[in-house]
Parts: sequence; structure tokens; C-alpha cells
Amino acid sequence: MASSDSDDTQAPVPSALKILVAGGFGAGKTTMVGSVSEIAPLSTEEVMTEASYGVDDLSGVEAKTTTTVALDFGRITINEHLVLYLFGTPGQERFWFMWDELSEGALGAIVLADTRRLETCFAAVDFFERRGVPFVVAVNCFEGAHSYEPSEVRDALSLDPGIPVVLCDARERQSSKEVLLTLVNLVAERMAA
Amino acid sequence: MPANHEQRPGGADDPSVPAGAEEAGPLVRPYVIAQGRDHADSVKLDMISVVIAAKRAEIDEMALEPEQLRILELCRRPQSVAEVSAHLDIPVAVVKVLLSDLLNRGLALARAPYTAKSPVSRDVLQAVLDGIQRL
Repeated sequence: MASSDSDDTQAPVPSALKILVAGGFGAGKTTMVGSVSEIAPLSTEEVMTEASYGVDDLSGVEAKTTTTVALDFGRITINEHLVLYLFGTPGQERFWFMWDELSEGALGAIVLADTRRLETCFAAVDFFERRGVPFVVAVNCFEGAHSYEPSEVRDALSLDPGIPVVLCDARERQSSKEVLLTLVNLVAERMAA
Repeated sequence: MPANHEQRPGGADDPSVPAGAEEAGPLVRPYVIAQGRDHADSVKLDMISVVIAAKRAEIDEMALEPEQLRILELCRRPQSVAEVSAHLDIPVAVVKVLLSDLLNRGLALARAPYTAKSPVSRDVLQAVLDGIQRL
């Protein structure tokens, strides 16, 4: 990468890390990002090339279309050498193709489970398991939603015993912090193993 | 050209924007800025590559696009590609092209993020834990 520290007066260029926040549409991804971010969540649009799945690909490259994908993200400055970004992944099924790019190099992921629609996070769980991305499942306790025990969610999602399941309120910084710490501790444990 | 930094891009006083260009929408114009190039050819930039404007660089404003001057202004403090995109409302792919050019000119510095090929150390993880605790 083009970086030069030869100039003494030049401020250091920090390295970045990212954590993904996944889950179904409306599960509270952007809310969680916003609760811990030092900036109001930003939104960016990435123009992606999307292969036309489900269509017989007789024509090759012509079958591709471009799609604009919106990503919400927040920032936590760790120190002058390190910045952590939290990215909310697009919830819609048709955008999964880009998770490969998003998940590349991610420190880990938080799968936000909405117990009113638990099935909406199956895909994220499956994806991170297959990619070997460390993740925790955070059950967002919406007001008025039927509350489940973490063990019930674990059973419903057929989670590996090594995957932490925690209850949270994505609106609360302290609660979202706990989820982040659970994830980073998991990453540290796996590194030590 | 006067200092471009203060101008509202796309505004009536921006000579680089022909009348009516605003109506064309934000998805058309960025590709004009990037002069038809749709990928950064020499520097591999990630969405979370962090960029900072080079401190002592001499800037020839005439040689740069107005958007590049805005990027340099924004990057006086370290910013990721994604942040530049969000703050300036330019798609990530176009930001990468504009930044790549700035890097090649020595006007900005970038650092690649941690990846699977350059995994984090225990010290970095501890720093992350400490940083989250302080929130």
C-alpha cells in the first residue's frame, strides 16, 4: 500500500478494522451501529456488478446488471493507530452476493436476531459459519416482543455450542458495548486456541 | 481558480457544473468526474483503507478535479474510503478512482486495512477491547 512515514511531521495513517452487523430487515442493525458509533451513522452507496442469478446464462457478460447497494456504518476511534468501523449489512436477500466482499478481512460479525422473525437471520448465521467468520448472536429485545431465553434461540438456530448468544437492547450503548466485547473476546479466544 | 474548498459543489457558483446538471442526479455525474475510468488501476483501495492528505504536498489546483480538492480538505484528518464517499456523496467506486490519482501524485497517503492475510495481533485485539470499554 502506498504509505510513507519518511516525513516526520506527517501524522500517522491509522489502520482500520471492521465488524459487521447482520440480521434481517428491521432487526435493528443501524440502531446498534448508531448506539456505539462516535459519529451519526453514515450511509454510502456502492455500485456493484450483479450476475443475473436464476437466469440461464447464455450470453455471458451481457447478463450482468449493476445494482446500487446502500451500506450504513459507524466509527469508533480506538487510538491514533487504529480505527474500528461497524458496517450494517444489507438485509435483503438479493444483496448477499456482496457479503463476500464485505466479510473479507472482517474481525467478526454480530448477527442481530429479531425474535418476532427469527428466520430472517438464518441466512446470516449460515453465511458466517461457512466463511469461518467469528460471530455472536445478539437477540434484540424489542419492547413488547415475546422474550426468549438465549437457549431457546440457540436451539431454534441450531447453533454450535461455541457460538455465544446474548440478549441486548440495540438502542442502549452499554448493551451494544457488551455485545461488541463478547465478540472481540471470542476472537481473542479463537486466536489463543 | 479561487480556492475551491469553500464552494458548494454542484451549486450555481460552481463553474464545473453545467446548468441543469443537478437534475441529472447523483448517479450520472460522478462518472463524468472520474473521466470514464471505472476502476482504480494502480492502487488497490478497500472500502476501509484509511486516507490522509499529505502534509507538505504542493497542490496544483488546476491539475485536480474539484472533488479531489474536497477529498484533500476532508482528509486533513484520517478518513476511510467509505467515509469520504458518505461525506461527499460520491459512490465508493468513484472515490477510489479519484483517490488513486491523488495517491499517485503523492498528495495523499493510504493504509490498507487488516485483512485475512495480515491478521491482527494480540496487542491490537487488546487495544480494541480497551477502546470499546472506554465508550
